[in-house]
Amino acid sequence: MLKKSSFILTFVVSLAILAGSALAAPPIKIGGLFAVTGPASFLGEPERNTAQMVVNEINAAGGVKGRKLELIAYDTQGDATKAVQAANRLIKEDKVVAIIGPSTTGDTMAVIPVVEKAKIPMISCAAGSKITEPVKKWIFKTAQNDGLAVARIYGDLKRKNISKVAILTVSDGFGSSGREQLKAQARAYGIQIVSDDTYGPKDTDMTAQLTKIKGSGAQAVICWGTNPGPAVVSRNAKQLGLKLPLYMSHGVSSKKFIGLAGDAAEGILLPSGRVIVADLLSNSDRQKKSLLAFVKDYQKHYKAEGDHFGGHAWDAIMLLKGAIERGGDNPAAIRDQLERTRGFAGIGGVFSYSPSDHAGLTKDAFVLVEIRKQDFALVK
Amino acid sequence: MHIGQQIAQYLLSGLSTGAIYALIGVGFAIIHNATGIINFAQGEFVMLGGMFTVFFLTVLNLPLLVSVILAIAAATIVGVAFERLAIRPMKNASPISLVIITIGGSILIRGIAMLVWGKDTHAIETFSGNEPIQLGEATILPQHLWIFAVTTVVIICSKLYFNYTISGKAMRACAYNSRAAGLVGIDVRRMVLFSFAISSAMGSMAGIIIAPLTMTSYDVGVMLGLKGFCAAIIGGMSSGLGTVFGGVILGILESLGAGIFSSGYKDAIAFIILLIILFIRPQGLFAKGDTERV
Amino acid sequence: MTKSRSFLKHEMVKFILFTILILFLPLAFKGGYLLNVFVFVGIHTLLAVALNLLLGYAGQISLGHAAFFGLGAYASGILTATHGQNPWLAMAVVAAAVGTLAFIIGFPILKLKGHYLAMATLGFGIIVYIAFNEAVELTGGPSGFSGIPNLSLGGVSFDTDFKNYYLIWGMTLVTILLSLNLVNSRIGRGLRAIHDSEVAARVMGVNVRFLKVQIFALSAVISSIAGSLYAHTMTFVSPTSFGFNFSVELVTMVIIGGLGSIYGSFLGAALLTLLPEILRAFQDYDIVVYGLLLIFMTMFMPGGLVRGIPALVGRIVMRSGAGSKADA
Repeated sequence: MLKKSSFILTFVVSLAILAGSALAAPPIKIGGLFAVTGPASFLGEPERNTAQMVVNEINAAGGVKGRKLELIAYDTQGDATKAVQAANRLIKEDKVVAIIGPSTTGDTMAVIPVVEKAKIPMISCAAGSKITEPVKKWIFKTAQNDGLAVARIYGDLKRKNISKVAILTVSDGFGSSGREQLKAQARAYGIQIVSDDTYGPKDTDMTAQLTKIKGSGAQAVICWGTNPGPAVVSRNAKQLGLKLPLYMSHGVSSKKFIGLAGDAAEGILLPSGRVIVADLLSNSDRQKKSLLAFVKDYQKHYKAEGDHFGGHAWDAIMLLKGAIERGGDNPAAIRDQLERTRGFAGIGGVFSYSPSDHAGLTKDAFVLVEIRKQDFALVK
Repeated sequence: MHIGQQIAQYLLSGLSTGAIYALIGVGFAIIHNATGIINFAQGEFVMLGGMFTVFFLTVLNLPLLVSVILAIAAATIVGVAFERLAIRPMKNASPISLVIITIGGSILIRGIAMLVWGKDTHAIETFSGNEPIQLGEATILPQHLWIFAVTTVVIICSKLYFNYTISGKAMRACAYNSRAAGLVGIDVRRMVLFSFAISSAMGSMAGIIIAPLTMTSYDVGVMLGLKGFCAAIIGGMSSGLGTVFGGVILGILESLGAGIFSSGYKDAIAFIILLIILFIRPQGLFAKGDTERV
Repeated sequence: MTKSRSFLKHEMVKFILFTILILFLPLAFKGGYLLNVFVFVGIHTLLAVALNLLLGYAGQISLGHAAFFGLGAYASGILTATHGQNPWLAMAVVAAAVGTLAFIIGFPILKLKGHYLAMATLGFGIIVYIAFNEAVELTGGPSGFSGIPNLSLGGVSFDTDFKNYYLIWGMTLVTILLSLNLVNSRIGRGLRAIHDSEVAARVMGVNVRFLKVQIFALSAVISSIAGSLYAHTMTFVSPTSFGFNFSVELVTMVIIGGLGSIYGSFLGAALLTLLPEILRAFQDYDIVVYGLLLIFMTMFMPGGLVRGIPALVGRIVMRSGAGSKADA
C-alpha cells in the first residue's frame, strides 16, 4: 500500500515539475517531414540531420527571442500516404506552428491540401517547380527549381555552339522533373534533343542507352539523376569510348559522386549550388559566410561532407527563424513574414520571396563546375 | 555507329547482365529444389556479399582476396543463422507462410545493413583494371570476364555436385519427396540447412563480383533478387543451364528493349515476355511437364 | 438446417457489433489525427478483404494487387480531374473496366500455381507500376497527379476526415456484409474446396477455373473501388503508393490478420496502418522492427491475429486464474 501511494506521489510531483518547466518557456514547435528511409533517403537524411543540427545551435545560442525551438521530425519514407498521415499528426497532435519539408516533390504535392486547409506555413525542401507555380498561399520552398539548373547547362552549350544533345534521365521524381524542363527549354536555346532515354533508379548497366546515344548523332550528353545511376553512366560511357561532353545534374554535386565514378568522373560538367565550391568563392560573395559555417558544422557533427540537400533544410530553418523573430510564433504571422523575406543569403542562394514568388531564387543560385583531378573546379 | 554495331553491343551488354541474373537465379533454384521454398531473401545475400567486402576492404583494410573469402564466409553464416532461427522452427508451415517469413527476413537483413553501414552507395575497385576489351564491334570490361568465369565454374560445380556426390543426390531426393528421403535415412533437416548455406554463399559471390561494376548499397538486393527470380522461373527452376539461359534471355531482352524500343519500358517489356512464357509454358522454358500431386 | 441458421444469426450479431464499434470509434479520437489514420484503415480494410477472398478463401496468391488499387485510383483521378466526369460515375465505370481486365488476364494467370502464380502476379504489378511512371502525359509521372476533386453527394462535399471516415467505412461495411454472405454461400464452399484440393473440387463438380477467375475479378473490382476512394480522399496520387512494396504489405495484412477471416482483414489492416505511428518512437529502427514482427507473427501466430489474440487471452486468463488460486 505504501509503495503504491509513494509511487503516485512521485508521479504527481514529476508531472508538476514537467508542467512547471513547460510553463516557464514553452518551446516553439516546428514540424519536419523528411524521407529519411526509402529510395529518397539521399535527400531526407542530410535534411533531417541538418535541421536538427541548426535547431540545436539556435537553442544553444539562446533560442528565438528567448524561446527554444523544438523540431518534431517524421519519416515519410518517400510515400505519399505516409506523408499525409505524418502531416496530419504534426498539425493535429503536435500542434506545430510551421512545417519544413517534405523532401520529394511527390510527398510535397500530397501534403499541400492538408497543410493549406489547416493554414500552417510550409517550406518544402523539394525542387519541383509545380510546388510554387501557381503560388499557393501557405507553401514556400528552398530547393532551387530544376529549370534554373537546366538553364545553366543550356547556356553553356549555347556558348560552345552545341545544338544536338541526348538526354538520359532517371525514371523517378527527380529525373522526370529534369526531363520535363530539359524538353521545355530546349527551343529557347536553339537546342534539339536527338535522343530522349531513361533508366531505372536501381539499374546496374546503361550501356544499351549509351550505345543508342552513340548512334544518334548527339554532340553532348546530359544525364539527370542522383547516385549511383550517374556514376554507372559515366563508367559505361568510358567503357564504350563515348567522347562527347558529359553533363550531369546538381543531383550529384557532392564528393560522393567522384568517389563512385572514379577516373570516369574526369571532365564531367554540372550545375551546382555554391556549397561544394564554398572555399573557392571570392570573399565578396554574399553566401560565403553561410556556406562556410554550414560546411564546418556538418563536418563537426556528422563526420561527413555537408551537401546542398542538407542546405535546403538549413535555409528553411533559418528563414523560419527570421520570420518568427520579426512576427512571433503565430502561423499566419510566420507566413506573412516569410513572404516579406528579402535578400536572405543562405546555402541554396539569395532568397527574396514575394506574394507572386514563393521560390525566391534566380538563375544565379547555380554555378557551373567541372570535375578536374578528382575535385570540383569553377567554370567561369 | 551503324545499327549492326549497335546490336552487337546490345547483345554483349545483355549477355553480361544476363550472367549476373543467372548467378543469382541459381541460388533461388538450389533452395527451391531442396526445400520447395522460394527464398525472397536471396537478393539480400547478394547485397551482403558486396557490403561485407566493402567493410573488410575499407574499414579493416584487408587485402582483396582475404576480404572476398571473409565476405563469403560471413554471408554464409547469416544464411545458416536465418535457416536455423526462422525456417527450421516452421515445421508444417504453408508455402504462403514461408513466403512471408522470407520476405520478413529480407526486410530485416536489409534494415540491419542500413543501420550498420548507412545508406550510402559504395564502389569497389575492379579486380583487373578498367581497360575496355574490344570484341568485334562491341566492348566489355575485364570484370565481365570474371562474371562469365565465375558463373561457368558455379554451374559446372553444381552440376557435378548434384549428379555425382552422395550429399548432392540426397538433396535431390529431398526435393523430390522429403518424407521418402527421410525414410531411407537421409537427414532432411541437414540437407535444408546445407542448401541455405550453398545458396547464400553463391548469392554473396554474385554480389562480390558485380560490385565493382554496379556498386553496392544496402538496398541493391531487391531489384537484383527479383531479376534473379525471373531468370530461375524462365529456366524452370533448374540449378544448371536452364537458369543460365533464363538469365541471358532476360538480360538480352532488357538491353534490346532499352536500345531499340523504349528505355523507360524496358523492364515492362521483359516482364511481358516473361508473362507470355509463363502462359504458354507454365513449367518454364526448359523444364519437362509435371503432373500435379493430389 | 437449424445449425446453419444459428450460425447465420451468430454472424449477424458479430457484424452488428462490429458496425456499432466502427460508428462510435471517432468519439474516442476527439477529432485528432487518429481519425485521419482510421480513414486509411478503412481503405486498407477494403483492400485486405478483397485480397482475402482470393488468398484466404480460394487459396490463390497475388503479389500484384496494388496494381488494381492503383488503376482504380489513377483512372478515377484522370477521368474526374482531367476530363471533368462525375466522380461516382467514374468510380463505377473504372471498377467495371478493371474487373473486365482482371477477368481477361485471370484465365491465363490463374492457370498457374504456387510460385509461378506469385511470379506472374508480381510481373503484372510491375508492368502496371512502370506504366504509371512512364505515361507522363496521362499520369503526371513519378512526381504524381494532383487536383483530384473530393467526392460529393447531394451538395455535401466529403472534404474532412470526419465525413470521409463515414463515407469510406460505409462502403467498407457494405463490402464486408456482401463478402460474409458470399463466403457462407455455395460459392464460398466451392472456394474452400479449391483451397483444400483443386482436383477434389473438380471431381465434386465445381467449375474450378471459372470460379477462380470470377473471384479474381471480384477482388479486382473491390480493390479498384478502394483506389477511387483513396484518390478522392487524398486528392493526389503518385506511383510509389502502388508498387511491389504495397502489394507485399497487403498480403502481410491478410496473413497477419488471419487467412480466411473477414474480421481478421480488419485487424491486419489496422495493425499495419497504425504500425508506422507506433514505430515513430523507434525512428530509423522501424524497418528492423517491421521485419522482426513479420517473422514472429508468422512463427508464433500462424492463424493470424483473429485466432492468435483469443488464444493468447485464453492463456493469460488461465494463467492468472491459476496464479490467484495459488495465492489463496
